[in-house]
Amino acid sequence: MADLSVKIGGLKLKNPVMTASGTFGYGLEFADFVPLEEIGGIIVKGTTLNPREGNDYPRMAETPQGMLNCVGLQNKGVDYFCRNIYPQIKDIDTNMIVNVSGSSPDDYAECAARINELENIPAIELNISCPNVKQGGMAFGVTTTGAARVVRAVRERYNKPIIVKLSPNVTDVTEIAKAVEAEGADSVSLINTLMGMAIDIERRRPMLSINTGGLSGPAVKPVAVRMVWQVAKAVKIPVVGLGGICTAEDAIEFLMAGATAIEIGTANFLDPAVTIKVRDGINNWLDNHGCSSVSEIIGALED
Amino acid sequence: MKKYILDLTVNSVEALSDKHVLIKLTDDKPLPEMLPGQFVEVRVDNSPSTFLRRPISINNVDYDHNELWLLVAAVGDGTRQLQKLQKGDRLNCVLPLGNSFTMPTDSTQKVLLVGGGVGVAPLLYFGKRIKAMGGEPTFLLGARSAKDVLERELFEQVGRVLITTEDGSEGEKGFVTNHSVLAQEHFDRISTCGPKPMMMAVARYAFKNDIECEVSLENKMACGVGACLCCVEKTVEGNKCVCKEGPVMNIKKLTWQI
Repeated sequence: MADLSVKIGGLKLKNPVMTASGTFGYGLEFADFVPLEEIGGIIVKGTTLNPREGNDYPRMAETPQGMLNCVGLQNKGVDYFCRNIYPQIKDIDTNMIVNVSGSSPDDYAECAARINELENIPAIELNISCPNVKQGGMAFGVTTTGAARVVRAVRERYNKPIIVKLSPNVTDVTEIAKAVEAEGADSVSLINTLMGMAIDIERRRPMLSINTGGLSGPAVKPVAVRMVWQVAKAVKIPVVGLGGICTAEDAIEFLMAGATAIEIGTANFLDPAVTIKVRDGINNWLDNHGCSSVSEIIGALED
Repeated sequence: MKKYILDLTVNSVEALSDKHVLIKLTDDKPLPEMLPGQFVEVRVDNSPSTFLRRPISINNVDYDHNELWLLVAAVGDGTRQLQKLQKGDRLNCVLPLGNSFTMPTDSTQKVLLVGGGVGVAPLLYFGKRIKAMGGEPTFLLGARSAKDVLERELFEQVGRVLITTEDGSEGEKGFVTNHSVLAQEHFDRISTCGPKPMMMAVARYAFKNDIECEVSLENKMACGVGACLCCVEKTVEGNKCVCKEGPVMNIKKLTWQI
């Protein structure tokens, strides 16, 4: 049994496996399938200052080895979260992390400040990369100045670890990563979904209600591994890797590319128990390769 | 209700029409309790173009034989692969998912169950439950033509069966909402499953006649457990997940223009 624990800034994870926001609900939806406390971290659904209805149906299209979604940050707002959901999840014995989104730096900061009060939420993930909302979201994540502004505003009001979730829909993701690092981000996670589109050729219409959506699933994995590798070399803060991870081998690719931890997203839809299988698979791989700790393979690419 | 991931074993696969098969699944252990209207997310192997699981409604749970029945229509490659399953194959299922049809308040309530195409599937199990409580459900089943009427004999063992076909080759000619029974008899509640235009027509009839009515929706879904929020239906209480807060919804909650 290898030592699977890792640290992201001040955040201690019992293993490097987390769940990606928007794919695992609040954890409770999967409680019948996996022991939630055995997951390294659960990043819950994107939360905004005010309630959001999200985009119209259809919000999802299946694509080769992946899917597009344009959910658009449907959630009941941070106050509802604090009042109604937090009490249900606060005693789950793992890192319950809230993904925070907004339409202005002040929005992000106010939402984060309210979550700062919640004792059992040890960190937030800042979503500056949602491709499915008109205002905010990805608008901040595609420029260094926009990304920096959001992180600066949140840093002033939030004193626990901040993980900034980066968009792949940029020319040079390392520039954005460096910009948020300079503003005090404790970690970056990447990649959020790649902007895509699918068309119903019989109806001559886009498959999604807002035409475009975010692509996730195994189809994006090589892009994600490449970006994680680039960012891990460019910043000193720990990197969380995600994008199409379905197996322990996928996860190990990200770890070797330089990720300290990983998130599993779309694969939760294919196998609701995948998180624990990936955790066990990483452990077995380490045992079989004579590694006593997961840290031995983080960034451990041969030259 | 507790949800499970089970590798069920195929007991039999029977062709019901050129497009539909009935797959009977079993397990070593007793199957968990499942309610009428609930569904199963099945994993499709051997279909490179099928990425997500496929939601299939529960056609019947035969607890005496420890069997789960799934009626599968060939729609795309995923469902065509499911139809190729053979006795002894395994099928990975996440179940039971979603809410359920509302049982009648007592056995004297006159219940009409309206199904179209493969949408008849969940009505068989629902009808059996109604019969088990002493009720006598009326099934109104719509199909393109006589050869597309699914599980007719099974429905007849459970209640009264009325049929409409679009070409008139069996029962009354036309759509389910054209059937004469709707003008001649009064029903206390209606549950329906099938193509959306059919369900909307049924909902319109129920609304006009002030009859309790629920529909079983089939919005495209991904997670099946209310996590991804892809399958939402607009309701008077905001967007609701068809996979978790549905698939069965009362028409009073929907924003359909009926």
